[in-house]
Amino acid sequence: MSLLELTAVELGNKIKNKEVSSVEATKEALASIKAKEERLNCFVTVDEEGAIKRAEKIQARIDKGELTGSLAGVPVGIKDNMNIAGMLTTCSSKILYNFKPTFNSTAVEKLMNAGAVVVGKTNMDEFAMGSTSETSYFGPTKNPWDLERVPGGSSGGSAAAVAANEVPFALGSDTGGSIRQPASFCGVTGIKPTYGRVSRYGLIAYGSSLDQIGPLAKDVRDCATVLEIISGKDDKDSTSVAEAGADFTSALVDDVKGLKIGIPKTYFSEGLDASVKENVLKAAKTLEEKGAIVEEFDLGLVDYAIPAYYIIASAEASSNLERFDGVKYGYRTDSFLDLHNMYKKTRSEGFGAEVKRRIMLGSFVLSSGYFDAYYMKALRTKALIKAEFDKAFEKYDVILGPVAPTTALKLGESLSDPIKMYLGDIYTVSVNLAGLPGISLPCGFDDKGLPIGLQLLGKHFDEKTILRAAYAFEQTKSYECSAIAKEV
Amino acid sequence: MSKEYETVIGLEVHVELNTKTKIFCGCSTAFGGEVNEHTCPVCTGMPGSLPVLNKEVVNKAIAVGLATNCDITRNCKFDRKNYFYPDNPQNYQISQLYYPICRNGYVEIETEEFGKKKVGIHEIHMEEDAGKLVHDEFMDCSLVDFNRSGVPLIEIVSEPDMRSAEEVIAYLDKLRLIIQYLGASDCKLNEGSMRADVNLSIREKGAAEFGTRTEMKNLNSFKAIARAIENEKERQIDIIESGEKVVQETRRWDDNKEYSYAMRSKEDAQDYRYFPDPDLVPIVIDDAWLERIKADQPELRDEKRIRYKDEFELPEYDIDIITGSKKMADLFEETIGKGANPKKVSNWLMVETMRLLKEHDMDADDISFSADNLAKLIALTDSKAINSSVAKEVFEHIFAENIDPDKYVEEHGLKTVNDEGALRETIIKIIADNPQSVADYKGGKEKAIGFLVGQTMKAMKGKAEPGMVNQILKEELAK
Repeated sequence: MSLLELTAVELGNKIKNKEVSSVEATKEALASIKAKEERLNCFVTVDEEGAIKRAEKIQARIDKGELTGSLAGVPVGIKDNMNIAGMLTTCSSKILYNFKPTFNSTAVEKLMNAGAVVVGKTNMDEFAMGSTSETSYFGPTKNPWDLERVPGGSSGGSAAAVAANEVPFALGSDTGGSIRQPASFCGVTGIKPTYGRVSRYGLIAYGSSLDQIGPLAKDVRDCATVLEIISGKDDKDSTSVAEAGADFTSALVDDVKGLKIGIPKTYFSEGLDASVKENVLKAAKTLEEKGAIVEEFDLGLVDYAIPAYYIIASAEASSNLERFDGVKYGYRTDSFLDLHNMYKKTRSEGFGAEVKRRIMLGSFVLSSGYFDAYYMKALRTKALIKAEFDKAFEKYDVILGPVAPTTALKLGESLSDPIKMYLGDIYTVSVNLAGLPGISLPCGFDDKGLPIGLQLLGKHFDEKTILRAAYAFEQTKSYECSAIAKEV
Repeated sequence: MSKEYETVIGLEVHVELNTKTKIFCGCSTAFGGEVNEHTCPVCTGMPGSLPVLNKEVVNKAIAVGLATNCDITRNCKFDRKNYFYPDNPQNYQISQLYYPICRNGYVEIETEEFGKKKVGIHEIHMEEDAGKLVHDEFMDCSLVDFNRSGVPLIEIVSEPDMRSAEEVIAYLDKLRLIIQYLGASDCKLNEGSMRADVNLSIREKGAAEFGTRTEMKNLNSFKAIARAIENEKERQIDIIESGEKVVQETRRWDDNKEYSYAMRSKEDAQDYRYFPDPDLVPIVIDDAWLERIKADQPELRDEKRIRYKDEFELPEYDIDIITGSKKMADLFEETIGKGANPKKVSNWLMVETMRLLKEHDMDADDISFSADNLAKLIALTDSKAINSSVAKEVFEHIFAENIDPDKYVEEHGLKTVNDEGALRETIIKIIADNPQSVADYKGGKEKAIGFLVGQTMKAMKGKAEPGMVNQILKEELAK
């Protein structure tokens, strides 16, 4: 059995028990990447030399007994919007095609301190804008289950790399579903933590009030283990908080007796693929059989989430992306007449179509005369959506639903119709607007053999309850991996 | 016949707060330093960096707000002001639009023309300063120095309550003193730690509506402000008199040419697309926080004026001068604290210090001598160890080099000779050498004694105590 078929925690244990070294594991991951990248394109940067050096250093510290954590020595892929000092960090954009940060993002640094070995930076939708990973300047990532299909996005590279056994786990970021939806499309598990749980320092911002970093991995235990390492208050991020209940692995108990699970009826009406519906409801049934109390309820304002999300995220993005101007770093146009011409040409040439679309949308909703009608209204809607969830969580411990209306789409299918792509975010964006934690885990396959994701949402800072429910559900299924994953 | 016009002026005053570190990162705010020495990923707007608020900035902004009678916004927020310029590394400035920290305040000013009056303060908000562009003519390019990027500023926005240059100066002076007394900034216009933009419009006297205003920038001294106001007032009146309309625009003052030119009109005004900065959490100012600032609030100028009058019985004019600069008031109090008589301290400040300042074209803020040395000098005169003319000479050295007067007097042998025998001997010799003056004196010309005193002092190299010289001279002449 290949080392890469193991979960991150299983591999960590083997390294700890000296059955295998970090260097061997890292080399195996690098070999797997090399063998599959031409077909998948999960990575923007693979740092072969650096990774082996880091693995050697980590192994030496493990041997000395300095590193004893569960992920010490385990290879990891990092989404290309998280800074690693000295390593190319592009956000899959031409405008940052040559950008090397001077500092590490806090989440990555925490993983490094725990002994994880970064092998490279994973592909994504440009600046995390998209749900297919097709808007990357470095070309689309392919879905390991079907190379004709998208892996989802924006953390598509991270999800596909895990699904293809290129790395045991990866970090992604989720602004409107960007961890959960690709996890669902690629048949892996991903969690978007409560807003504020993980520091955003060093994460190149898309929608600052919605962005959260989280893990993509093979199972719930891996997710809990990674989250335990990367979470916590960071003095460099004022929106991060020191909240209790961060001992996530202690929640991994196969027991959902008495757990109250609510199913929003509106999530199962029109637009939802029949096989997704069937499998998600079957998962609810499974949890019920294990002793959970499952009930349908009406969740209000579902239809308002997508417009509110696209207004807020685009508004913040239009401002966050202003710094990419050709002055200080990154791409600068070859020839220009004056300063403003340099700005215009640099940004016109440096950003892709989807990013420009959102910058324009965001600039419009913030412009004088439209601010109240759009941006302020969206903020009020956000507050109301949060209130709706708060109300539901007075009754339920967990809200259960699908992650996306469909399984993985064909490449190119949604690029031509952005609105259709935006509508695919219906089940994920409201979670970001409300700042809640959400987990996506595999719950079956459709008739094309594509994985289907189950989404469990929890109260603020109650990741433990959804991890417990997810863990209990996971015990009823055996993990299946894609054909390409088995190639190793 | 020309109509009577009224000038309506409101001010936007930027003040650089003197915190040790920048508003959103730990970099030093120190002046100077190598280009881009005081920078980090936050104040250079590197991707992935995040701002974290320096609470000391809030403390100082609240202190200014309380001293200018403002309401403090208990739940205030930062907003982003979006505009592209290379000195602004994120291409947005973190400022406050929707919930500024202070609102609805006022300060009281007094001018000869209009007497006492309140000038309203619309709001005070906190924001970050930008970097500096350095144009390299040889390389034909511009470079950016981010040392000033992220230095904390407050912007104090007045109501359009001022009607003359004199009132504007009085208002600025009032603000400057309040902020200096609070220790929140040194408020130097010429160094840019205080900057004022003047909004000015003209209307017919008695009119209810305001005229169209212009905003004047680049005013680097009180004199420049006064000149710019006069100039702009005339310019607008000329426009109105000729039947044309004043254009709402931003103008730049050139103090050398005493002329302003239009920078941009309202039509090209940028849309800053302000919105709440999602990277910063709201600042909640609770009662305890506010009380802490109130408790730490130092005595301000108006309070000092009353106390100086009651406690030291100084003339109002002297009080005005001394409290007219925090530096001088501090020096005054510190010298008294070392045991010197308040009236004598005041005298040294009012007469000799002011004379020397004027002579050297300096401000009170430029005083560099210590209270310790002034107190020692006063003690030397109190004990009659030196006479007043020696004291003046010694003070010039204190003023210039902050020398220790005890040491100086010792080293230069300036102590008054209190040996009566030696003095009497000298006087007897002077009487013998000047028979004509002695005869004049004895003949009733009392003034002749002055010449003899002068001769004695000269012979004593100035180190005699004049009272004693007079007395012994009279005694000897009476013989």
